[in-house]
Amino acid sequence: MAVGQLSAELPVTRPAVSQHLKVLKQVGLVIDHADGTRRIYRLNPDGVRAIHYYLDRMWSQALAGFELAAQELAGAEKQAALSKSQEEE
Amino acid sequence: MNQTTIAPVRYSVTVPISAARAFALFTDGFNTWWIGHHIGEAELAEAVIEPRVDGRWYERGVDGTECDWGKVLVYDPPERLVLTWQLNCRFEYDPDPAHASEVEVLFSPENELTRVSLEHRYIERLGTGGEELARSVSSEGGWPGILELYAKAAVAA
Repeated sequence: MAVGQLSAELPVTRPAVSQHLKVLKQVGLVIDHADGTRRIYRLNPDGVRAIHYYLDRMWSQALAGFELAAQELAGAEKQAALSKSQEEE
Repeated sequence: MNQTTIAPVRYSVTVPISAARAFALFTDGFNTWWIGHHIGEAELAEAVIEPRVDGRWYERGVDGTECDWGKVLVYDPPERLVLTWQLNCRFEYDPDPAHASEVEVLFSPENELTRVSLEHRYIERLGTGGEELARSVSSEGGWPGILELYAKAAVAA
């Protein structure tokens, strides 16, 4: 299905449709090919591989977020210990 | 039925806090580090892992609706957490345990640090219905599926 066809059936603008299709493509849920100047999109028929790809990206980002939160926690604890020792001096 | 085994997703990070703190941050503090992936139609207000075996883990949208992601299978602080992930190819919660994938998180002390290893396995179990979905969208009139996915992505973007 082409972007124009999709946007005709949806209550959103054509650029918005393109934007969202880009997101779906990134997570592997749709695949596309060129047809002249148009891009034709279809759902990736291999749902499980698509979901695998999605989960892979999701956990990679999630654990990066976890790591950052843990570093902030460690930093805050260090800071607290430091100011406590300064008070004691 | 496509039951080909899919490789597990594995990631690990080493964090500068104790295993007990890391376990607590992962579970009680889930909402403080989760990066906003959500399946509901509303913006994510909160993500929760209930701290007990058979607890739920779920998201709550700003409109108050809750979407389950799965259940807590093992809650063993400060070492091990196992969750089910039960969102199928259509990003719908599937309550059938036979269709559940598993997420295991291990917290291993390494000197003053903790290695947090995550494995998301049995992903192929989520595929039940995947072929059906593929069939339905490969036909000319099969766009409801993609439009549904599109609508979810549009809300999430």
